[in-house]
Amino acid sequence: MTEINSDVAERVRKVIAKHMRIPPENVTNESTFADLGIDSLDGVNLLFEIEEEFDISIDDDQARSISSIPEMVLGIEKLIAAKANAVSGSRPS
Amino acid sequence: MIRVAVTGIGAISGIGKTTPEFWESLQQGRSGIRPIQTADTTGMRFRKGAEVPEYDPYQYFDEKQLQFLDRFAQFALIAAREAVRDAGVEWTPALRADAAVVTGACVGGQSAQDQGFYDLYKLGKNRCAPLTIPRTMANAGASHISMEMGLMGAGFTLSTACSSAAHAMGLAYWLVRSGGAPIAITGGSEAPFSLGLLKAWEAMRVVSPTTCRPFCKDRDGMTLGEAGAMMVLEPLESAQARGARIYAEVVGFGMSSDAGHITHPSTQGPAIAMERALRDGHIDPAQVGYINAHGTGTEVNDPMEARAIRKVFGAHTDRIAVSSTKSMHGHALGAAAALEAAASVLGLYHKLLPPTANFTDLDPACELDVIANQARPAEPEYCLSNSFAFGGLNATLAFRSI
Repeated sequence: MTEINSDVAERVRKVIAKHMRIPPENVTNESTFADLGIDSLDGVNLLFEIEEEFDISIDDDQARSISSIPEMVLGIEKLIAAKANAVSGSRPS
Repeated sequence: MIRVAVTGIGAISGIGKTTPEFWESLQQGRSGIRPIQTADTTGMRFRKGAEVPEYDPYQYFDEKQLQFLDRFAQFALIAAREAVRDAGVEWTPALRADAAVVTGACVGGQSAQDQGFYDLYKLGKNRCAPLTIPRTMANAGASHISMEMGLMGAGFTLSTACSSAAHAMGLAYWLVRSGGAPIAITGGSEAPFSLGLLKAWEAMRVVSPTTCRPFCKDRDGMTLGEAGAMMVLEPLESAQARGARIYAEVVGFGMSSDAGHITHPSTQGPAIAMERALRDGHIDPAQVGYINAHGTGTEVNDPMEARAIRKVFGAHTDRIAVSSTKSMHGHALGAAAALEAAASVLGLYHKLLPPTANFTDLDPACELDVIANQARPAEPEYCLSNSFAFGGLNATLAFRSI
C-alpha cells in the first residue's frame, strides 16, 4: 500500500464521508469508489468539493486517471506542491 | 378517438399543500397572497406573493434526494405523488412502460441557477456547483417524476411562459386521446421567488404593489405565485371499468399564436385559441357555462380577455360565469394553467364555481359575469380554462362535467 500524507488523506476522507453521508472510518485507503457507492455524478461533486477544500484545480485528464483514494491523495499532494512552487517562483528574490 | 378522464389531482400552492386544502381555499375565496418570506424584498416596488405556506422540504424528501431537486422540481414531484395516489393508479409493468409524463415550466430551477452564479459573479469563485445544471434544467420535474415512479413512456417539458402547463396538458390529452399513451401525468411547476427573478419582474412594471384583483377597476397588476399541480389523465372507459373517481372529462384543446408583440397580447390570438378548443371538442359555444380566465389582473390582459371571450361567444357571453383564481394562488407562471385546470375540474366535480377573490368593482372595460368573492353553485356542462403567454402563445383547455 502506498504511504500517504496523513493530513491530506484525512481531509480527503472527511470530504468523501460528508458528501456520501457515511462515517469517515468507512473510508479507508483500500476502499474503491464502487465500495463507497460513488457514481459518476457523485464523482464530479467530489472533485468540486476537493477543489474547494484544497484550493486547487484538477483538470479533466487528471480526474479521469484517478481510480483509488491513495491515487487521489497523491494527485492532490502534487497539485498542492505545484501551487506552492508557482507561488514561491513568482516572488521577486 | 379515446375519451379522456381526469382521475387524479395533486396541488401544492400558496393556498394549500394538498388538493383538499386547495379546494377548501378556492371555495372559501381565501387568497394566499401574503408578504414574501423566501426572498428579501426590501426596497422593491412589490412585497407580496403567493408562497407555499410553511413549506418544509424535509417532510417530502431526504437530504440525498434534495441535493438534486430545486424547489420547482420538488413541487412537481409532490403534486405528481398526490395526483397518482388520488387516482388510485394500479401500476403494472405494462402501464409503467408506456406511461407519459408531460410537464410545463417557465423558468425552471431559478434558485439553483441563482446560487451557482452568485458564487461566480459575487463571491468571485472560479467554479460553479456541479449540480447546477441538473437542478436548473426545466425538464427536471418531468425527469424526477418518471425516475421515481419508473415511467418509461413519452416524457417532455413544454416552456411557453404563462401557458406552459396548458400546452403540456393539452399535448398529454392528445397523447392519451390518440392511444399514444395509456395514462399521462401532466401539469406544471414553478418556484419563481429568487431575488434575481423578482427584480426582473419588478422592472417589467406589471406586478401589483397591493394584491391581484382581476377584472376590477382598481386592479394594479399581477401577483407572482409558486406551485406544483399535476393531473392524471387516462381513458374514460378503462377508468370507469376500474371504478375510478372521474373528476371530469377533457374534451378539447386549442392553441394559437398572436404573431404580434412580445408582451402586449392581441384579442384575435386568444379568441382563436378558444375557438379551436371548442372545435377540437365539437362543443357548441352555447353549452359553455364557465370560463376560468387567464385573468392576470394587469391593465392590458383583462379587457383584452373580455373582448376575446365576447368575440367567440357573442351574446352568450352574458350567460357564462367567469373567474380568475389567480386572485388566490397568484400567477404561478409555468404552473398557472395546471392550478387553473385543477380549479376548473374541481368546480365541475363539486358543482361549485370558484370565485375571483379581492374583488371590488367591475371595470366596465371587462364586461363579463365575474364571480365576485363568493363561490357560485352551478352545474355547467362545459368549461374552458384560458392561458395566454408573454410572446403571444395561447392555449385553451375544455372540460366537460361527468
